[in-house]
Amino acid sequence: MIIYFLVLILFSVGVYGLLSQKNLLKLIISLSIMESAVNLFLICAGYRQEAEAPIMSLGQSLEVFVGHSVDPFPQAMVITAIVIGLGVLALLITIALRLYHRYGTFDITEIRRLKG
Amino acid sequence: MKELIPYLVIIPLFAGLLIPVLARLERRLSGLIGNLGILAALVISGLLFGESGEYLVGGWSAPIGIVLRVDMLSVLLLWLIGVVGICSGIYSVKYMERYTGSGSYWGLFLLMIAGMNGVVVSGDLFNLYIFLEIASIASYALVGFKGEAEELEASFKYAVLSSVGSLFFLLGIGVLYLAYGTVNMGQLAGRLSEEAGAVNLKHFGVVLLISGVSLKSALVPFHSWLADAHPSAPAPVSAMLSGVLIKAIGIYVLVRVVFNIYGFNRSLSYLLLALGALSMVGGVLLAIGQWDYKRLLAYHSISQIGYVIIGIGLGTPLGIMGGIYHLINHGIFKGLLFLSAGAVEYSAGTRDLREMGGLSQRLPVTSGASLIGSLSISGIPPFNGFFSKLIIIFACIEARYYGVAIAAVIVSILTLASFMKVLRYGFYGRLNERFEGLREAPFSMRVAMLVLIILCLGMSVLILPLLREMVLVEAEKVLSQGIGLLAMGL
Repeated sequence: MIIYFLVLILFSVGVYGLLSQKNLLKLIISLSIMESAVNLFLICAGYRQEAEAPIMSLGQSLEVFVGHSVDPFPQAMVITAIVIGLGVLALLITIALRLYHRYGTFDITEIRRLKG
Repeated sequence: MKELIPYLVIIPLFAGLLIPVLARLERRLSGLIGNLGILAALVISGLLFGESGEYLVGGWSAPIGIVLRVDMLSVLLLWLIGVVGICSGIYSVKYMERYTGSGSYWGLFLLMIAGMNGVVVSGDLFNLYIFLEIASIASYALVGFKGEAEELEASFKYAVLSSVGSLFFLLGIGVLYLAYGTVNMGQLAGRLSEEAGAVNLKHFGVVLLISGVSLKSALVPFHSWLADAHPSAPAPVSAMLSGVLIKAIGIYVLVRVVFNIYGFNRSLSYLLLALGALSMVGGVLLAIGQWDYKRLLAYHSISQIGYVIIGIGLGTPLGIMGGIYHLINHGIFKGLLFLSAGAVEYSAGTRDLREMGGLSQRLPVTSGASLIGSLSISGIPPFNGFFSKLIIIFACIEARYYGVAIAAVIVSILTLASFMKVLRYGFYGRLNERFEGLREAPFSMRVAMLVLIILCLGMSVLILPLLREMVLVEAEKVLSQGIGLLAMGL
C-alpha cells in the first residue's frame, strides 16, 4: 500500500512543478516526472511479491508459471507508454528550442503574445 | 464487411508514412496520395453503414488480442472524420502551396486521421489510449506547423495541457486495471456492473478517465488551450481540430466511458449538465468580444460542444439523439466556417474583422460559405443547426430542466449576435479600398467549401422520420443500451 502513496507523492511533485515553474524546460521535466509516476503505478499494479519475470522456462508447467511470475500485461502497457512519452518529450523539446530562437527566453511570463 | 475495419487505420497510417518519402521525389504526389488515403477511409466507413460487431485482430480473442468494434455511433463519427477530412484535404492542396514541407504536413495530417479512426473503432481502453496519443501528437505538430512565434506558443501550451489530460487517462486505465484486471471495454463493463468489492477504485478510475477526456474535449474549466491552439493551425487543420478532433478523441470517448462502461446515473447526469451549461454559456460570452475571426470561431466551438454535452447529459432518448445530431452538424458547419476563414486569410491576408469589410463584393463564394455557416451555427431554419438545437431544447423541456432550456435559447441568440457582427464587419458594408483588386480563392478551395455548404443543408434531411429511424435513433440506442451493449458482446 505504501508504494502507491509514494507514487502519488511523485505524481503530486510533477503536478506542483507544472503549476509553479516558469521555465519551459522545467515544465517539460515536471511533465516527465508525472509520466514516470504513472508508469511506476502501472508497474506496481502488476507486481507480486517474490515472483519472477514472466518468461516461461523450458519444461515448466503452465500452473507453476502462472503462480510464480508477475503480471506481464502492465509491463507491455508501460513499454508502450514510455515510447509515447518519448515522442511527446522530443516534440516538446523541439518546440521549446524553437520558441527560444523566436523569443530569446525560456520564461513563460515573457512568452505571451496570445491573449483574449 | 467487418474485415474492412482494420483498413480504416491501416490505409491512412501507411499513406501517412509513405508520403514524406515520396514527397522528396515529386511534391505534387503528397497531396494526391493524401487525398486518396482519406477517400479510401471515407468509402470504407460508407460500406460499414448499418454494421455492428467486432473484429479480432489476428484472430486472438478478447482479453489477449486487440478488439476492434463498430456500431452506429462509431460509423457516424467515422463518416464525419472522412467527410470533413476529404474537404480539408482537397482544400489543403492549394492552401499549403504557400508553405514548405508539404510532405511532413500530409504525413501528420494522415497520422491524425489514422489516430482518430483508431480511437473510434477500438474496443479496449489501452488501445484507445494509444490511438488517442497518435492523433494528439500529430495535432500538436500541426498546430505549430507555421513555425511563427505565436503558433509555437500555442502548440507548446496545447501539447503540455493535452499531455496532462492523456496522463490522467492513462492513470485511470491503470486504476481500473488494478481493480478489475482487464482493459477490454466489454469485460470492464461486465465486471464494473457486478462487482461491489472495489467500489472506491471504480469511481476513482472513472473520474480520472472523465477528467482526462474533458481536457481533450475542452469543456469549460479545461478550455484555456483551445482558443490558442485552434486558430494557430493552418485553416484546414483548424477545421479538422474544431470540427472533428475534439469530438473523436474527446466527446466520443467521454460518452463511451460514461454510458457503455460505467453506466449512466443521476449524479453523472448532473455533472455533464453542469459542464455542458458552463461550456455553452462561457464559450459564447468569451466569443462575442473577439475580433480575430478564427479565435471567435474557436470560442464558439467550446459553446457548441456545450450543447452536445447537455443533450447527451440529459440521458433521455430525445436528448441523446439531439446531442449526437448536433455533434455531427457542428463538425460540418464549423469545418465550413474555418475553411472560409482560411480562404479570407488566403486572399486578403488578414483575420482581423476590423480590417476586413465588404468582402462579399470580391469573394462571393467565401462570403457565401461564411453566411451559410453562420446561419447554420446560430440555428436558423432550414439549416442543420436549427433542427439539432431544437431537439436539444425540446429534450430539456421534456426532462423539466427549464433553466437549461432557457440558457440554450439565450446562448443561441448570443451566437446569432456574434455572427451578425462577423457578417456586418467582415463581409458586408463598405469595401475597404485596400481590397479593390482582391481575387477569389482557387477552384479546389471553393469546391471544398461548396461541398460543405451543400451538406449544411443536406444534413437537415436526417430529421425526416425514415432517415431518423435509420441513423440517429440507431446511434442513440447504442448509448441508451448502456453497459448492456458491450457486456453482451462477450
